[in-house]
Amino acid sequence: MTDNNGEGRLSLPPWIKTTVLTIGSIAVTMLGLLFITFIIGRVMPIDPVLAIVGERASQSTYDAVYLELGLDKPLVVQFLYYLWDVLHLDFGTSLLNARPVSEDIARVFPATLELATLGIFIGIVLGVPLGVLAAVRKGSWIDQIARVLALVGYSMPIFWLGLMGLLIFYGILGWVGGPGRVGIFYVDVVPSVTGLILVDAAIDGNWNVFKDAFSHIILPASLLGYFSLAYISRMTRSFMLEQLSAEYVTTARVKGMSEWDVVWKHAFKNIRVQLITVIALSYANLLEGSVLTEIIFSWPGIGSYITTALLSADMNAVLGGTVVVGLIFILLNIFSDLLYKVFDPRAR
Amino acid sequence: MADQTLKEWLLTDTPTSRRHAKLSALYTGWLTFRSNTMAMIGLGILVLLIVIAAAAPILSPHDPFVQDLGNRLAPLGTEGHIFGTDSLGRDILSRLIYGARITLYIVALVALIAPVAGLLVGTVSGYAGGWVDVVLMRITDIFLAFPRLVLALAFVAALGAGIENAVLAISLTAWPPYARIARAETLTIRSSDYIAAIRLQGAGALRIITKHIWPLCISSLIVRVTLDMAGIILAAAGLGFLGLGAQPPSPEWGAMISEGRRFILDHWWVATMPGLAIFTVSLAFNLLGDGLRDVLDPKAGE
Repeated sequence: MTDNNGEGRLSLPPWIKTTVLTIGSIAVTMLGLLFITFIIGRVMPIDPVLAIVGERASQSTYDAVYLELGLDKPLVVQFLYYLWDVLHLDFGTSLLNARPVSEDIARVFPATLELATLGIFIGIVLGVPLGVLAAVRKGSWIDQIARVLALVGYSMPIFWLGLMGLLIFYGILGWVGGPGRVGIFYVDVVPSVTGLILVDAAIDGNWNVFKDAFSHIILPASLLGYFSLAYISRMTRSFMLEQLSAEYVTTARVKGMSEWDVVWKHAFKNIRVQLITVIALSYANLLEGSVLTEIIFSWPGIGSYITTALLSADMNAVLGGTVVVGLIFILLNIFSDLLYKVFDPRAR
Repeated sequence: MADQTLKEWLLTDTPTSRRHAKLSALYTGWLTFRSNTMAMIGLGILVLLIVIAAAAPILSPHDPFVQDLGNRLAPLGTEGHIFGTDSLGRDILSRLIYGARITLYIVALVALIAPVAGLLVGTVSGYAGGWVDVVLMRITDIFLAFPRLVLALAFVAALGAGIENAVLAISLTAWPPYARIARAETLTIRSSDYIAAIRLQGAGALRIITKHIWPLCISSLIVRVTLDMAGIILAAAGLGFLGLGAQPPSPEWGAMISEGRRFILDHWWVATMPGLAIFTVSLAFNLLGDGLRDVLDPKAGE
């Protein structure tokens, strides 16, 4: 992410330069993100003043709100106001329920976090061993299965697979709970401490709620897990293939080391950093992929929040949600980038 | 020439003209591609899709828009409605057939807009270098850093729902990777000797970029576009599913799933059939993309 063009005239230690450049590029990326959402908000065919005062307001009320929103100022000044508000986590008030958007987002976000975290967990636990096995037994039936699983994952509309999952596992087999986070009898039974319902139920010691919540989350989480599995297993496989063809692996084998030790203690050790980068990236993608999944499963997370707001033309909520998802996405990207630089000496 | 078969002529080691050499290279590529069964299956499905879309009025047994409320939600295998009917009694098979046109339309438009935009940005950025490069690549990075579906959602919200706006939104989120690829290719080509030679002959930047850099970027872009097609179809279907793409009564596949969602537990086929169609087509693009990559860009595979 850093561009090193031209020698610096000041001879600062290289790490200071790198840090400054990294922070600079993060700042520029975030500014860009906010600028895009700002522009989207401005070209929106919805009059923000009308949305607040209503159609029957008098001209003087209209003008007052117009001035209050700063719409008479130049666009640059409006953008600076917008930046100032976002810096204070103020995304305006929702037009639907007249509450601050930031409060709404804080309320719905844990649901998405819980879903995506369980999803990535499933993706890692199944995807990494599958990728390693596929690389070790390249060309075998397990490699073929991994290949097909990934190919199907890349080609499948996630919302459709979710519907089919609901149909089969909920409608026909009755193995899992239906849409929503908990069954109707368990809504608001446990006090919300973390907002993560599994954790809250465990804290409260209410295992009935825990079981019910688990039966609701397992299907959407497995679904997201499958999509990250497709990506993680493919990447693990290609990283491992690269290591297994290296000379140190041959040396280890010649020395008579067991295959298990060669694979896990030597080759796998060397792909850990790359793997964490991939996992961070697919976690970011999961947050995004949860938008469609949440709608299928009536999951009250940020994806449902953004789309509901979208369909009712609640612009503050849409833009607030977009900014939050975008910022998290960028932070995860940067985090994986940094991790790579810190732990992999070759990348320094 | 007389005692030479067409095949021998195509496979000759000593081409007699530029066109001959080009044809020969194409044919060798085709032979490699043909040996990849999965890629051929993908190609077959897509050719079939194009034929179906072109011959939709002949192939579809019913008008996709005509409602028949007396015969709503008829199950699979009903007389005259093999795939059943939807909640308004419209024939699902006919709607799927007409939906192929919409899918192809969206894919073709995005595949035209996004790579061309990326090619422009990437080659200019790579050829010009300096601050132009820094600014353009920074913009590319910003778009890359954005979650694509959420960005597309916000764009559609700003532009209004509809197929054309969905195409625009998807293109706006899809161009950055092409710009990256085109820039990388340009950087390697720019410093090569033959570019220096052309420059000494007096060729301007415009001529060098359009005549000498673009043709060399094309093959890696084609591979990337084909591999991206599946993603484009899924994104378009996702927007349709959310009610932000094609509007009813248009038989867009994502929108059809959204309609069928309400009846999923009792009348599963309404949502299942369009989903299978989306899956088949995006799988075909993935298979084709893998095969093309092996032919055009053998280094990238494995």
